[in-house]
Amino acid sequence: MEPGAQLTERAASLWLAYRLRWKRRRLLWRSFRKRRQLAAVCDRTADIRPGAILAFSTMRNEAIRLPFFLDHHRKLGVDHFLIVDNDSDDGTREFLAAQPDVSLWRTPHSYRMSRFGVDWLTWLQMRHAHGHWCLTVDADELLIYPFHDTRPLPALTDWLDRQGARSFGALMLDMYPKGRLSAQDYAPGDDPRETLPWFDAGNYMIRKQKKLDNLWIQGGPRARIFFARSPRRAPTMGKVPLVKWSRRYAYVSSAHSALPRRLNHVYDDAGGERACGILLHTKFLHMIAEKSAEEKARQEHFANSALYDSYYDSLASDPDLWCERSTRYRGWRHLEALGLMSRGTWL
Amino acid sequence: MSVGIVMLVHTALGRAEQVARHWASAGCPLVIHADVSVPAKSFKAFQKSMADLPDVRFSRRHRCEWGTWGLVAASQSASELMLKEFPEVRHVYLASGSCLPLRPVQELIDYLAARPQTDFIESATTADVPWTIGGLDAERFTLRFPFSWRRHRYLFDRYVALQRRIGMKRRIPNGIVPHMGSQWWCLTRQTLSAILSDPERGAYDRYFSKVWIPDESYFQTLARQYSRQIESRSLTLSKFDYQGKPHIFYDDHLQLLHRSDCFVARKIWPRANRLYDAFLTDEAGAMKRTEPNPAKIDRIFSKAVERRTRGRPGLYMQSRFPVETRENGLTSSKYSVFQGFSDLFKNFEPWLTRATGARVHGHLFAPERAEFSDGETVMNGALSGSAALRDYNPRAFLASLIWNTRGERQCFQFGPRDSQAINWDMAKDPNAQISVISGAWAVPLFLSNQNFTDIRSEAARLQQIESKQLEILRSSWTKARVRIWSMAEFIEAPMEPLQTIIDEIAPHQTQRGLSEVPQMADLTGFGQFLQNLKNQGMHPYLMGNFPVTNDMQEPRSNPRKPYLVR
Repeated sequence: MEPGAQLTERAASLWLAYRLRWKRRRLLWRSFRKRRQLAAVCDRTADIRPGAILAFSTMRNEAIRLPFFLDHHRKLGVDHFLIVDNDSDDGTREFLAAQPDVSLWRTPHSYRMSRFGVDWLTWLQMRHAHGHWCLTVDADELLIYPFHDTRPLPALTDWLDRQGARSFGALMLDMYPKGRLSAQDYAPGDDPRETLPWFDAGNYMIRKQKKLDNLWIQGGPRARIFFARSPRRAPTMGKVPLVKWSRRYAYVSSAHSALPRRLNHVYDDAGGERACGILLHTKFLHMIAEKSAEEKARQEHFANSALYDSYYDSLASDPDLWCERSTRYRGWRHLEALGLMSRGTWL
Repeated sequence: MSVGIVMLVHTALGRAEQVARHWASAGCPLVIHADVSVPAKSFKAFQKSMADLPDVRFSRRHRCEWGTWGLVAASQSASELMLKEFPEVRHVYLASGSCLPLRPVQELIDYLAARPQTDFIESATTADVPWTIGGLDAERFTLRFPFSWRRHRYLFDRYVALQRRIGMKRRIPNGIVPHMGSQWWCLTRQTLSAILSDPERGAYDRYFSKVWIPDESYFQTLARQYSRQIESRSLTLSKFDYQGKPHIFYDDHLQLLHRSDCFVARKIWPRANRLYDAFLTDEAGAMKRTEPNPAKIDRIFSKAVERRTRGRPGLYMQSRFPVETRENGLTSSKYSVFQGFSDLFKNFEPWLTRATGARVHGHLFAPERAEFSDGETVMNGALSGSAALRDYNPRAFLASLIWNTRGERQCFQFGPRDSQAINWDMAKDPNAQISVISGAWAVPLFLSNQNFTDIRSEAARLQQIESKQLEILRSSWTKARVRIWSMAEFIEAPMEPLQTIIDEIAPHQTQRGLSEVPQMADLTGFGQFLQNLKNQGMHPYLMGNFPVTNDMQEPRSNPRKPYLVR
């Protein structure tokens, strides 16, 4: 490269770093101002010990999923859940308030205006997550990773600490049933992997996004069925859900990307594989049709919600996501063999 | 005649105590060194908790930071104490708090008693060791390292660079030859005491205290001076990842550790309850006399390093997304691309399937949809045939297709009517085997029932596209196996190239030669057709030369080549 070009490139990257720094500060400031939107329902954060692993989540009407969600992550080794309840009316709040390891806040304010709950969580993370490994997940996501059945989360976070890693990436894997979505029964406490045992194993499309240095992953059944004509709008499937938090960090859009951007670099770009996990996405339980109609009406889930009307309509029409080439869930070793996750050097 | 354990501890004192009791219950005296960084309160409690064990001593405490002299100093003082306090000890075994005995301690005692003069210490010259983390091997011994690699990496690197620039070299005292090896050793009283009471020890200590990672070289070098018999291997199983960090063992490694037959393993995750429970319960009797055999489990670890550094070729995922040129294969296995064959031959696809047993698709990059084999709309891995999804990221589409069908050879048709965005990716892919009959796109036009003006403009368009594509295939960046024939050239002798291509796809299947050949389209009048294009001002050249008159009549009635080869 020409020395001149090199200089310009260097200048451009410094300028970008500077802009991102301000963007991060803006996000933090924004969250700080939103703090008054949160009212504590029960604050047990005094119980958080040094080194505890924390989970953060914003939710609305998730009473059916919660028992398994909490149970799964508790078993993995999450010590404390910090949850924002966005105006649920199905008993979610009462259920959560009764859990000994949950701290709960409530807010009636707009989910969309809070960057889909991120502003609220950022504020809580600023206050409570500094120095902790911190899992940011939705109520319909279950984290799994290589050896999750024999090694609890602290084994993973200890190892990440030793590697000097501050973040851990995961692919969101849409799980679905065979047959119409509403035809499946799911009772609170059931393992959703049994109700929704199918997934798409090999249709993910990845692009690197220079600005935030993250991978933009799309694909899965929603891209295959609902966005086959407009793939750009297909949902983002890559996340960085597990981060050794610092009060200076901020997620940019949901848990898909964060600042500072080195947190997004959870992949190897020299040919190797790093360890990574999977978020099993249990969105497609039988309540989805009803919920989609409601979400469509509330217009709270996409920045430009009108563009997604047909997506909501398709979901509300109770489709069958299964196809001949769907793959059945058989556990993490199978997912690893399929190339959907990797143990890296974590043997 | 017994074995003494020197144990270096810094965290997880509860586990250290558990293991110490295990050693002690087998009659091994212990000297424990606790890192200075262990808070005084915890250390007191730790000491107190073991007050009931008569043969446990605590040595002078040093600061043990990774890669620094402190670890050697700690081993020295603890060893001195061991030799002084327990005169009956013959072998001293250096272990850490996160070491776990895998076999009954009595087996280790018997093993060492049978080899009373042998020192077990891994010790090799710098030229012979493969582990050179940080790119420093011989320089470990000739430069100075006053800065911590972990905490002051910048200063560490700058100071190394400076010393290299000004050519600074340290003198190695007394002409000893530096050796390196695992820091976990087991030495005899004779060797160990000779090292510790050497009159030159002051000089050696001064020298080694500025060497990088002296705990891997101090005893390893000096043992060579005195030992009567060195077995250059460690009795402690410890594995390192590609960055030189020790692998940690968890509950699920139980079988693996059993299989290794090693006496001691490190490091164990302090919360691996199952491992501690399993290995700290000595079953009486049933003594094994097997040699430790860490090689049994080596393969698993080398495979991991491979996966970390090279990954699975052709896989793109959230933790593997190589930059260009570092893919180590754009796709996961070989595949074949055919251009013009299905235009020239009527039944090419079913024929190719029969001849090779491979999966043969139509035009995967056709403008309407990906023409998967057998008219499928979704392929393995739920890969959609939607043209929009495919064209959104053609490279991901191709890589996924090849990855999802691992173990089965894929073939597909391509041509200038198809979406061309994938051209560079295929050309740069060493796994692609691309065969082109240039100009064969004219055959469907020739056979079609369109207006000639439409045919003419379509021909011009296709020719332009194909000539651009051929430029790519002929560029110096191309790594694919590319074969290009003009159409005229190809029909001159079609069997030979077909045979070659088939052999490449399925080398074992067609040793008897092709039993069947595809049927070529009727080309009567094709020369005139090309001439008509020329007369209309278009210049068809990619197909080569076809005579105008009485063209393909003759070859049809009198084939130039026999249809059956051999």
